[in-house]
Amino acid sequence: MSSTKLSFDGGWEYAPAPQDTSHISLDDRYGLFIGGEFVEPSDGRYFDTINPATEQSLASVASAGDKDIDRAVRAARKAYEGPWSKMSAGDRGKYLFRIARMLQERSREFAVIESLDGGKPIRESRDIDIPLSAAHFFYYAGWADKLDYAFPGRDARPLGVAGQVIPWNFPLLMAAWKIAPALACGNTVVLKPAETTPLTALKLAELVRDAGLPPGVVNIVTGAGETGAALVNHPGVDKVAFTGSTAVGRAIQKSLAGTNKKYTLELGGKAANVIFADAAIDQAVEGIVNGIFFNQGHVCCAGSRLLVQESVADEVIQKLKDRMQTLIVGDPLDKNTDIGAINSKAQLERIESYLGLGREEGAEMYQGGSATPETGYWCRPTLFTGVSQSNRIVQEEIFGPVLAIQTFRTLEEALTKANNTPYGLSGGVWTDKGAKIFKMTQQVRAGVVWANTFNKFDPTSPFGGYKESGVGREGGLHGLSAYVSLEAGQ
Amino acid sequence: MSDGALHIEPSRLPDLDRVPRVDEVGVGERVSRFCKRSIKKDSKVQALKLALSMIDLTTLEGQDTPGKVRQLCQKAIHLHDSMEGLPHVAAVCVYPTMIGVAKKALEGYDIGLASVATAFPSGQAPRSVKLEDTRMAVAEGADEIDMVISRGAFLQGEYGLVFDEIAAIKEACGEAHLKVILETGELGTLDRVRRASVLAMHAGADFIKTSTGKIQPAATMEVTLVMLQAIRDFYYETGQRIGMKPAGGISKAKQAIQYLVMLHETLGNDWMTPDLFRFGASSLANDILMQLQKQQTGVYQSDDYFSKD
Amino acid sequence: MSAKASDSRLPVAKTYKIYIGGKFPRTESGRYYALRDGDGDVIANVCQGSRKDFREAVVAARAAFGGWSSASAYLRGQILYRIGEMLEGRRAQFVTELTQQGVKAKKAEAEVDASIDRLVYFAGWADKYQQVFSAVNPVSSSHFNFSVLEPTGVVGILAPQGSGLLGLVSNIAPAIVGGNTCIALASETRPLCAISFAEVLESSDVPAGVVNILTGSSAELAEHFASHMDVNAIVYCDDADGEGTQIQELAAGNIKRVIARVGLNWKDDSNENPYLIADTQETKTTWHPIGR
Repeated sequence: MSSTKLSFDGGWEYAPAPQDTSHISLDDRYGLFIGGEFVEPSDGRYFDTINPATEQSLASVASAGDKDIDRAVRAARKAYEGPWSKMSAGDRGKYLFRIARMLQERSREFAVIESLDGGKPIRESRDIDIPLSAAHFFYYAGWADKLDYAFPGRDARPLGVAGQVIPWNFPLLMAAWKIAPALACGNTVVLKPAETTPLTALKLAELVRDAGLPPGVVNIVTGAGETGAALVNHPGVDKVAFTGSTAVGRAIQKSLAGTNKKYTLELGGKAANVIFADAAIDQAVEGIVNGIFFNQGHVCCAGSRLLVQESVADEVIQKLKDRMQTLIVGDPLDKNTDIGAINSKAQLERIESYLGLGREEGAEMYQGGSATPETGYWCRPTLFTGVSQSNRIVQEEIFGPVLAIQTFRTLEEALTKANNTPYGLSGGVWTDKGAKIFKMTQQVRAGVVWANTFNKFDPTSPFGGYKESGVGREGGLHGLSAYVSLEAGQ
Repeated sequence: MSDGALHIEPSRLPDLDRVPRVDEVGVGERVSRFCKRSIKKDSKVQALKLALSMIDLTTLEGQDTPGKVRQLCQKAIHLHDSMEGLPHVAAVCVYPTMIGVAKKALEGYDIGLASVATAFPSGQAPRSVKLEDTRMAVAEGADEIDMVISRGAFLQGEYGLVFDEIAAIKEACGEAHLKVILETGELGTLDRVRRASVLAMHAGADFIKTSTGKIQPAATMEVTLVMLQAIRDFYYETGQRIGMKPAGGISKAKQAIQYLVMLHETLGNDWMTPDLFRFGASSLANDILMQLQKQQTGVYQSDDYFSKD
Repeated sequence: MSAKASDSRLPVAKTYKIYIGGKFPRTESGRYYALRDGDGDVIANVCQGSRKDFREAVVAARAAFGGWSSASAYLRGQILYRIGEMLEGRRAQFVTELTQQGVKAKKAEAEVDASIDRLVYFAGWADKYQQVFSAVNPVSSSHFNFSVLEPTGVVGILAPQGSGLLGLVSNIAPAIVGGNTCIALASETRPLCAISFAEVLESSDVPAGVVNILTGSSAELAEHFASHMDVNAIVYCDDADGEGTQIQELAAGNIKRVIARVGLNWKDDSNENPYLIADTQETKTTWHPIGR
């Protein structure tokens, strides 16, 4: 391959294409959604939620303390023992269908707020997060009165009150992943959104209220880590569902020891995306881009390790670098933005520390994308070459738009490297040869394996990890078992 | 060199097994991303004008007459004279029998004259006839020759034969630019489109072109993306810039902009010129003109106000 | 020792060793504990397995995992069935050992029979549970998407104290039929059948390392089962002195799957269902585009 270069700088530039935000209304201040109404936090504490693209506060949000958590769990218990478990399963489903429909109706509003609060590009919140959230409710709505068919020979019963703690990378979607199956199976929930992205969950609370769900079936409590810990450890919670880092997941698993609470954990990842020489190279390059730069790389299943067969490594890297030049970094509300804002200052600092580390470890760094704005938290799409399995940027989850590239010679070497991690959430394989696809997809130790594609999600498709990437599955038929106890059938 | 006797040294025939495979679903996903770009204001005007300047204004009908061709040439020269600062189209594209008429009509204007040749559109004729067709078109004054490949031979795996034929036509073109029509609608898969593109470029194509316009589907963004990627790889390999011409089915300004987004994000700035990108189209120009008028006036337009030639 | 002298001849007593990687070593620690019958007489000196024995067993189990997890379901089913056959053939020995350890003759016979039947039961699941628990998922995009079960990996089993053979078999069978490999700690008070069962395994075409059986103290070894970073799941069946809580806490070190089967009546047929296999399975979902 020659040194021939394509030029993407200058020339035709896309004019700003800002999403209209005039129909969005946010309150200055949000309380806790408990028992069907917004209430003040017991100790009156609030915190600001920041727009990471502007560093401006969007709203003030209540910080729930122990008393508030207790109140929320009691409300959920009351709703569980009261209307929710006495209601016909069909009616439970109809409430979920109603939520799905209302989310579709209000989808643009939710998309804008998601991008404002979390920094993700409007194209993604509009085309992925919000539609998938609605689809998730629609999917599980239908299960509510069909659980007898999901578990042959068993009698599936609800667990009671589910305490759910979700991360900031897919705020509404994670809320949907948690709430929809829980409610479909007859549980009630107390959900804590992430500290930096509470707004769409609070908007969902409004929607749940508008949908007429009995008070207490869904409770939304905002706050930081200690609020989450209080929820997880509340004795009135029967089931804990957590999505977040492996470190916190480990602490939760430990804290639940001896409690008989059922739990599911969806934790970190460091997925290998393996490109063989016989792959559809141009689509593989697209898959690499989608694998690591989707949602600023704030994706637990991101393809953060690229393993490329030596004979095509130069070609793949050249094409990848060219492609990275066309990525537009900036205003999340611009319809053309590919990479939005890093979710928070803390996360940006973490990513930047890894960029420094990668260079210290002797790797070569390349950054693509457009110039970044002055204010806000930004990171251009980045790749490292010349890295090895022993480097920390290869071993640790960075949770940013940072790709570490290694090469391999044989399938066995690729497999060994792919599996050489305590994580096991996802993996990618690119080859034109069918038999090789199945060899790889069977032997990669991960819960989701994308062959000749990457970062695809669907409500019907179970998601979750092997090893330290978590316990249990969310989505699909398999996602139901997290929210039921299976008694011997009649 | 005698008809059909041209033989290519085996080393010039590219190893098609080395051509990257294409995944249709992945191509579709990439295309949908291009289509989601929101092109507004100045960048839209810029794109619309560029698109106008890239049009090969085309008439390729059995019913074509000198009268029709003269009208088309007038349109090429006078796109919409009431609007200032408009470019003219890149070329007029006609059958060989109409070259003389078009040549006269375009005299004094910097507008290219393209002719189809090689027993267009089916290509089902002996090589000698195709070569004669080409020579005649060049002799009549065509600056650009749009040839068709022998799809039957290609589908039979007779790649050497297809290669030889393109190389022979290229030689017959002399100074004229050669556009090689793959007729992608008859190739069936994107893998074949990719291979045919590589074959054509190695055999001497100056441009590769999707379609005759006589077969459905004609140009699609998926097919065009695959061809652009083949052009990029050829450039990486040889440093040579080959042009691209999607033809047939592109009639709306919005589509043209989507194609330009795709071109821009695949091959970059160097290809954003009529020298390296053309739209083969008959009715695209008016839709672009209407859009430009709307950008200027802020009022949506009616095609009653734009000449249909 | 192990069998009292009868009138005719002096019987040969058996040495009970542990089972690691298809071999029968003594514990590396050299420790033992004396198992006594109701009269206080020594039946056998049983290996007091150590942390290092466990470590060796994990290495053996991990090494065996690749081959066993990719063995055909049909083969795994036949091997489980073979274990049942071999156990049937040595039925009298197991009945004797159970009675030596204080189980009444009738109950001992019933326990051995139930153990054989349980092996046959799970053998039959080998090539079926995937069909029950797998799914083709109707995703909205142009992709073929399916979810299948795969074994979790290396499973640590702290077998129930109260059921020397049936409790052990009931936990080993669902783990290995699903392609896992395991390390089982035998009942401390009723360890004999476990070692004899290892001999059955050894003669049943079970590849070395697929099942490893230790004897010793649960109080001593449970923490190592729970904390070992190369063990993917742990099954425990007793919860004396908050052992279960300790296991769960330590299991968090590498996010082990924790399966509590406490207080079960092992004779009950509620111990026969495919959900027990699913306990040590992972769901893997695979996506692939559909196109030309």
